[in-house]
Amino acid sequence: MSSVAQKKGFGATLWDWLTTVDHKKIGILYFLGGGFFFVLGGIEAMMIRYQLYKPNNDFVSAGLFNDLITMHGTTMIFLAAMPILFGFMNAIVPLQIGARDVAFPFINSLGFWMFFFGGLFLNISWLYGEVPDAGWTSYASLSLASEGHGIDFYAIGLQIAGGGTLMAGINFLVTIINMRAPGMTYMRMPLFTWTTFVASAMILFAFPPLTIGLFFLTFDRMFGGNFFNHEMGGNTIIWEHIFWIFGHPEVYILILPAFGIFSEIFSIFSRKRLFGYPSMVFATVLIGFLGFMVWAHHMFTVGLGPTANAIFAVATMAIAVPTGVKIFNWLLTMWGGSIKVTTPMLYALGFIPSFVMGGVTGVMQGAAPLDYQLHDSYFIVAHFHYVIVGGVVLAILAATHLYWPKMFGTMLNETLGKVTFWFFFIGFHMTFLIQHWLGFWGMPRRVWTYMDGQGWNFANLISSIGALLMAIGVIVLVYNAIMTSIKNVKVANDPWGDGRTLEWAIESPPIYYNFAATPLVRGLDTVWIEKMEGNETGLTPAEPIKDIHMPNGSIIPFLMTLGLFIAGFGAMFRTEAAWGLPVLIFGLLWTFVSMAVRSLQDDTGYYIKKDEILRDLKRKGGQN
Amino acid sequence: MADVQVYKRTPAEQQLAKRRSKKAMRDQVMMFSLMIFLTLVSFSMVVAYEAGVAGFSKYLIIPMVMLFAAVQVGLQLYYFMHMSEKGHGIPQMFMYTGALLGFLIPLAFVTIVWW
Repeated sequence: MSSVAQKKGFGATLWDWLTTVDHKKIGILYFLGGGFFFVLGGIEAMMIRYQLYKPNNDFVSAGLFNDLITMHGTTMIFLAAMPILFGFMNAIVPLQIGARDVAFPFINSLGFWMFFFGGLFLNISWLYGEVPDAGWTSYASLSLASEGHGIDFYAIGLQIAGGGTLMAGINFLVTIINMRAPGMTYMRMPLFTWTTFVASAMILFAFPPLTIGLFFLTFDRMFGGNFFNHEMGGNTIIWEHIFWIFGHPEVYILILPAFGIFSEIFSIFSRKRLFGYPSMVFATVLIGFLGFMVWAHHMFTVGLGPTANAIFAVATMAIAVPTGVKIFNWLLTMWGGSIKVTTPMLYALGFIPSFVMGGVTGVMQGAAPLDYQLHDSYFIVAHFHYVIVGGVVLAILAATHLYWPKMFGTMLNETLGKVTFWFFFIGFHMTFLIQHWLGFWGMPRRVWTYMDGQGWNFANLISSIGALLMAIGVIVLVYNAIMTSIKNVKVANDPWGDGRTLEWAIESPPIYYNFAATPLVRGLDTVWIEKMEGNETGLTPAEPIKDIHMPNGSIIPFLMTLGLFIAGFGAMFRTEAAWGLPVLIFGLLWTFVSMAVRSLQDDTGYYIKKDEILRDLKRKGGQN
Repeated sequence: MADVQVYKRTPAEQQLAKRRSKKAMRDQVMMFSLMIFLTLVSFSMVVAYEAGVAGFSKYLIIPMVMLFAAVQVGLQLYYFMHMSEKGHGIPQMFMYTGALLGFLIPLAFVTIVWW
């Protein structure tokens, strides 16, 4: 890759993206991959809401409805929200800490391909015609009784995607611990980096239980195991425990990076230092830890007894304290700030009341006696959509606008961005606010239709219209993205004008080695400090310009994952087709051979010569 | 290739490095003997129980062997895997966090979930 722009053929471009280990390109891959699944999950959501807009609707059958809710939940959590957040982490975190790449670029690429092939595996179930239908939680007795290969797609697809997530998490941990620029102490890290760090630590501890649970489920369904089969001495409740020991941290893995994104936005567009930075860090770590101590609040009605319910209820409510600290810190960051209401800031302003409403209903459900009333009703559906859409999805949309220039070098249209926000925000509240009352009025969740005359008709109609508004918002966003890319008007280093952290001091998008010279970090919001002291470039180099060591691209991550993908089909059809076992063995062998090739080849990367860096600097007119 | 820098130690630094590695070696040998001793004691206790020596009951030996095992894990981590040296704060933090979670979750099961 040379600094001189040159036209490449389609094949060369494709090969470049398949083999890339550059964190910025992998970030874009995650973003686009997650975006694809986000649209897919959105279409499923629209079908659900179309089915429910009137009583006794027969748009989909009961079985297809189960498929839709299961795939909507699974897709949105595992294949949309997490990968898109990983996209932003990949694109931004190494820049924020002044690094040239993540610690393990090869594993980074492997993580992406495992997510993508896992998601593909899961969604091939639609083409095959047997789709997961036991809900995104896939509780064991139901999922063991489910006929066809639906749940097999779920177990194997999530196993592959989950492996990728675990790798990405470990990679970010090592990157943030080891690759911070000189002067970037832990207490000078931007909040998005901090939340990425804590979320990655949670991935490290939360994903192994999921892996084990999915293996148990795979063994029970495909290899004659009896882990969850009570008739053979297994325990069906244990799946719920394992799933929620993973599942509860998972929701914090999603929300913490969202908090980080909003912390950046509040600080940038209030043009003030984040209020109470140390308490923000402390609250993030505390939420991360407490997230592991509350899993049984998903299981209050299982019959754990009053002692367990009481203790888990108290632990659950404790989480409201650090979260409240964060809310107040954001409010006080805006207090007295010189606020600029851009599209990202608009999302941040909308996020606070939306997320607080989701949090308050969460505390309501945390009260175990009340949860007996609310359990399995639409109140629950309303609650978790308020925290996940009102928190995570608003953060993703905000970050799409905020970081679009850093990722793609162009600026999304602000007017269209605000149109997207208002459609999405109003649609979101229309869809889910009324569902709280639907829950109080007794409508159970996961029902494919309902009878007339129960007083649910009008509320469901409102909810469905709201979903339509959200869809319009997303369509406007996609249109905005396409038009912006076609116009292709390049922007400068700091297109928002008020960037505070290192990513805003370099090109948009940054050159492939990020920093010509590793920067020196002189405090929290280092670029802001430099600018206030009259350093227009926003950077002080920590070292002279010298040769840079870079990793080589590799196709092996793609091939390794392809092997697992093939092996998945073998495992699924092992008992019913003669080719099953050979394909399983072939796929695993393929993966192991790819791993062996990687281990045995001597790939030490390459050096970018000092001359080339100086030439790039000259071309940019001395800019970073 | 980047410039390769060669750094020559001063005599004082050389002395210090020598003294340190000597102490490290002594510690390693000491801990190694201690571990062998603990292993010997464990095996002897089990042999004594098998032979029916008075006073060596199951309820004494099992906790003792568990305790010795815990000590050995600690020695292994801190001396042979060098966790006692500087710059191991982060791995320690993650290990202890993992151990704490691995302790608290089963504790919750045996005390309040399955009681």
